[in-house]
Formats: sequence, C-alpha cells, structure tokens
Amino acid sequence: MSLASLRDRLSIIEPIRGGAVSIDAVVKHYGSQTAVAGVNLEIEPGEFVALLGPSGSGKTTLLMMIAGFEQASEGAVRIDGADVSWMPPHRRNIGMVFQKYALFPHMTLIENVAFPLRMRGHTATERKRDAAAALRLVGLDGMERRLPGQLSGGQQQRVALARAIVYRPPVLLMDEPLGALDKKLRERMQIEIKRLQASLGATVIFVTHDQDEALTMADRIAVMNHGKIEQVGTPIDLYERPANVFVASFIGETNLLEAIIVGAEESAWVLRLVNGSVVRATPAAASTPVPANGKTVKMAIRPERIVLREPGEGLVRGTVGEVIYAGSSLIYFIQIGDAGSLTVRVPVQSIGPRPSRGDTVFLSWDAVNALAY
Amino acid sequence: MEAIASAAPAKDASIGRRVALLMRNSKGFPIPLAVAMVAPLLIGLAVAFVQPVGQLLATSLWHPDFTLVEYQRIGATPLYFRIIARTFLLATTVTVAALLLGYPVALFLARLSGWRLTVATACIMLPLWTSVLVRSYSWIVILQRNGLLNTFLQWLGVINAPLPLLYNELAVVVAMTHVLLPYMILPIWAALRAMPRDLPLAAESLGANGPRVFWHVVLPLSMPGVASGTLMVFILALGFYVTPALVGGPRTLMLATLIGQQTIELLNWPFAGALAAVLLVTTLVLVAAFNRFLGLDKKAAS
Repeated sequence: MSLASLRDRLSIIEPIRGGAVSIDAVVKHYGSQTAVAGVNLEIEPGEFVALLGPSGSGKTTLLMMIAGFEQASEGAVRIDGADVSWMPPHRRNIGMVFQKYALFPHMTLIENVAFPLRMRGHTATERKRDAAAALRLVGLDGMERRLPGQLSGGQQQRVALARAIVYRPPVLLMDEPLGALDKKLRERMQIEIKRLQASLGATVIFVTHDQDEALTMADRIAVMNHGKIEQVGTPIDLYERPANVFVASFIGETNLLEAIIVGAEESAWVLRLVNGSVVRATPAAASTPVPANGKTVKMAIRPERIVLREPGEGLVRGTVGEVIYAGSSLIYFIQIGDAGSLTVRVPVQSIGPRPSRGDTVFLSWDAVNALAY
Repeated sequence: MEAIASAAPAKDASIGRRVALLMRNSKGFPIPLAVAMVAPLLIGLAVAFVQPVGQLLATSLWHPDFTLVEYQRIGATPLYFRIIARTFLLATTVTVAALLLGYPVALFLARLSGWRLTVATACIMLPLWTSVLVRSYSWIVILQRNGLLNTFLQWLGVINAPLPLLYNELAVVVAMTHVLLPYMILPIWAALRAMPRDLPLAAESLGANGPRVFWHVVLPLSMPGVASGTLMVFILALGFYVTPALVGGPRTLMLATLIGQQTIELLNWPFAGALAAVLLVTTLVLVAAFNRFLGLDKKAAS
C-alpha cells in the first residue's frame, strides 16, 4: 500500500497516547534454569523498541512478563509508573500480536477484531463501527465476513494487527510477528508496521531474532543474550559502536582479530596483529583505561570499512582467497598470515585494485572504524 | 507398414500411461492394491454383519409372506413403546452425564505434559481395556443391598436401613456413564489438544477473563470433539446390552435387552427383527439430524 493511502486511512483512528514501560531488575527462573537474569529497561511513551537476540536469550520470556502471561521471579514491570507485575493479562490493556497470528478460527474477521471491544462492553454499534475502521486501516475492508482460514498469512497478520490496536492500547507487544511470512512480504510489512506505529503513537515492544528487522523498524534495540541485555541503543549506536564482542558479531557482519597492545595514542590504541602488522583501533568504550602493553585484546572491523590498496600503501599484507560476486559488491576472503582471515566487502562501483585469487593485496582502515575490546 | 509399426509402441506407451494413471487415486496409491487391502474386512463385514442383520430385518417383514404384523404389535402394545422411549431417555441421560463429567476431565488432561500426561492417559485408557462385564459387576459390588455404599452410609449413620440402589434406572445410568465415559473424554481431549496454545493467550491479552476465554474461544473450538464424543456415547448407549442387563431390574428393561430376550429366550425372531429395525431407523434419523445440526459448527471451526 502506498503512503498516501495509508495517511487517508489513518484518519480513521485517532492517535493513541503511548504508555511508558519500565522493566526494573526483572529476573525469571524456571526451576533451576534462569531465563531472564536481571534486566533493566526504560521505554519512553511512543517509542518503538526491539528486543533482539538469539533463541534462548530470554527476549520472549521478557515479553511474556510484560504481557502478564508469566510472572517475574524478582523485580517489577511498570506501565506508566504503576506496578503491573501481578495484574492478570486481561486487565493490563496491552495489545499483543503473536507469531502465528492467533486469530480465532471460528469467528469472522469483523468478529475477531470486535472481540476486544466486546470484552470491554462496547455497544454493538460501536463495535461494528470501530472494528470496520480498524480493518480498513490495515487494508482489508470488504473482507469483514470472511473466516481467517480463507486468508493468506500476510492478511491474517494484518487482521491480528487490527485486532490488537482497535481498542487503542497504550502499549503494543509483538512476538516475532513477521516470522512466518516470506522475505518480500516481511520487508513490506516491516515498513507498514513502522509507519502505522509512527502515526498512531503507541509504544511498541517488538521481539525478533532478525537483526535486519530490528535495524529497519526500531527506534532503539535491546540486544539480549543469556537472559541479559548486552546493549541498548539506536540502530546506529549498535552498528557503529557495539559495546562488546557479542553485539559486534551479532549485529551485521564483523571481522574479529586477536591483537596485542603495544602502545596508545590520544584516541586510539596501537595494536600488533599475530602476523606482526601494527595497526590502530579505537577503544569500544572511551572510558576504558589503556591496558598494559602486551595484553591481548580483540579487534573488530566491519567488512565494508576495509580498503584494498596498491602495494606499499596499505598497513596489512594479505593473500586473496575466494572472491564472491554479490551483485552490488564483491566479497574477498583475505588470509593475513597467521593472524587469520578477513572478509572485505568492496562496492562494485568503487575505484581501486581488483585482485583475484592468489594475488597479494594490502589492506588499510581508519582507526575510528576498528574497535578494540 | 514401417510407419504403423513404429507408431504402435508409442500408442501402447500412452495407453499404459493412462492405465497407470487410472490405477492411482489422487494420493498416488494404486486402487487395486487399496481394494485388496480392504477386501478381507469387507468380506468379513458382509458375512458376519450385513447378511445376518439383513436377514433379521427381512424376517420381520416376510415370514414367509409379506406382513406388517410385528410392527403393528410394537405400535399396539404400550409396553414396547415405553421400552423404546425409556431406552432413548436413558441414552440421552447417560450422554449428558458423560458430557458433564467428561469435559472437565478432558480440559484437565489437555493441560498436562510429561509423566503426568502418561499417568492420566493410563487412567483413562485402563477402563477401556477392562471388560465391560467386570466394570458392571464392580457396580453391583458397590451398589448392592450390603454393598460398599450402603455399608458406608450406615456406618456414617446417614441411613438406618440399606437403600435400594441397585436394579433401578439410576444404577443403569451410573454404571453406563462410567463404562462409556472414555468415549466422551478422548475426542474432546483430542480437540482441545489440537487447539493452538496461542488462542487462549490472545483472548486473555484482548481483555477476556478466564470464564470468558473458555466460553468464547475454548468451548467453541472443542465442539467437533464434543460432537463426536456425544454421538459415540449416545449410539453405544442406545444399543447397550451387558450393563443394563446386569445392574438394571425387570422394570428398567431396555431395547437391546428386549431384543436379546426375544431371540435367545422366546426364539421370536421376526419380532426381534422388527424391534431391531425400529432401533436402527430411529438411531439413523437422530444421527443424521445431529450431524446436520453440528456439521455447521464443525465447518466454522475448521
């Protein structure tokens, strides 16, 4: 759907006042297992926050505790300042979109969307008007009398979305809502949901294991691993300044090399790679004191931030292994002595050398683009 | 000549392909093989079921000339009408009791997992593997004049003299409900297990409390299970022989028992055939009506 038609349809529903969600030292144990190991997160009204992490990282458990389907073992969940930790889900007034849509198969689309209004005691006239408006908002007008089984996956997820916003909840939770859709449709729905959220103003907490989805949609991303938040930040923060090695390798592609500290400059550390090359990298956290010379650190650099040079211009000498043509870019796997292999991504349109397999190349990068941990 | 000779094998091949296609149904399973596999069952059914039942029904109409006298006898005797009515009333009561008792059990089972599920499944299945005779006799042990229940109630001091618990309609209903309960629980349980776990959660998140989640989501989606359970228990109860014969008294004569008497004791086969025909036709009509009524719900749930 085009942006113009979305704007037209958005006038159907008044903006929602987003709720503030505060997760305060939340811990969740299942027997001896710890699913969530102490999470703090403040979410502003109207913010779109993604909980991103591998499976088993505790992101879904955290969402279930916000929804009220699970109770925190320790800590509290607050919505607009009120502690809702022990409030049952049906009284929290939260919208929820499930991965498998969770539409009621025995109800028509309009009955599905009107269900929350019915639970809230709205009159039949109100229900019909508001549910029809919500269906129109997601572009499914004219299908009111159909059953969910007659719809495609994408359409079903739109109905689920309409059902979750029709009662204008201040907080909307989404549990991998696009996980069951194919790639093309998923990308379109990402943009659509993002626009819808931006126009409606509801706070959205969105669980995903797909980093592209998180980067595309979220105002802020909380990267989770082993029940903890590794880093919270804007997509740019996470990509440009990953706080640790986990985030650096989880968000986007990254090259990780071992190196030894041999000195420090004003804003960069001087490192020696295993093959003997001396390079410069920026400490990931500016406040970190410079480790003693000889200490081993990790250096992270993105494939597209490495530049191929003519001999003599570069810092690091390597041998070209595989070369992969990926449409918009060329991907080189370059062996740099004993220090390991680096992936280098070069835009097809860029100037510079085009080495082939077995050639010797020289690499360089800006110290600001290499991060040391 | 050469042209014809070379064309013939090609034609053969295409015929062969067509035959091969005809041999397969939509699932790619050869039809002759399928027929061969069901044939023993079909022959067995024909010999042991269709033929005798057909003959019994035929006997009721031709002995040896066509006559409706047996059916007129059923219509003219209030006793037989009362037995038929009682049979349907008892079957309905048993079905309702099994539904009311079985649904909560199925609901409870659907929430279990792991070893608890194994134990609970065994508890449901074990009675099914026990002889109906044994289960009916156990009710005699419990309900008879000096049985467990009477002794217990007298020990409690609730009653002074033993209650006549056995050989009445209540005893028949209790025992039959017990015997037929698994047939109600299993299909409902299957329907509940097939329901995605997300659905009740979604309903809750949308503002429905426990009872409303049940009423608006869980119950409607379990209706196919309720329908098959109800139908199965009702049909089984209609033709039930052993339990009513054992725990029921002379005043709780049911249709199956009456048919048994006519064939085994009185050797009045034509009249037994007429009774069987009445039972069969009434059952078929009820089942058809029931299917029509619940078929609509089933369609909506799928």
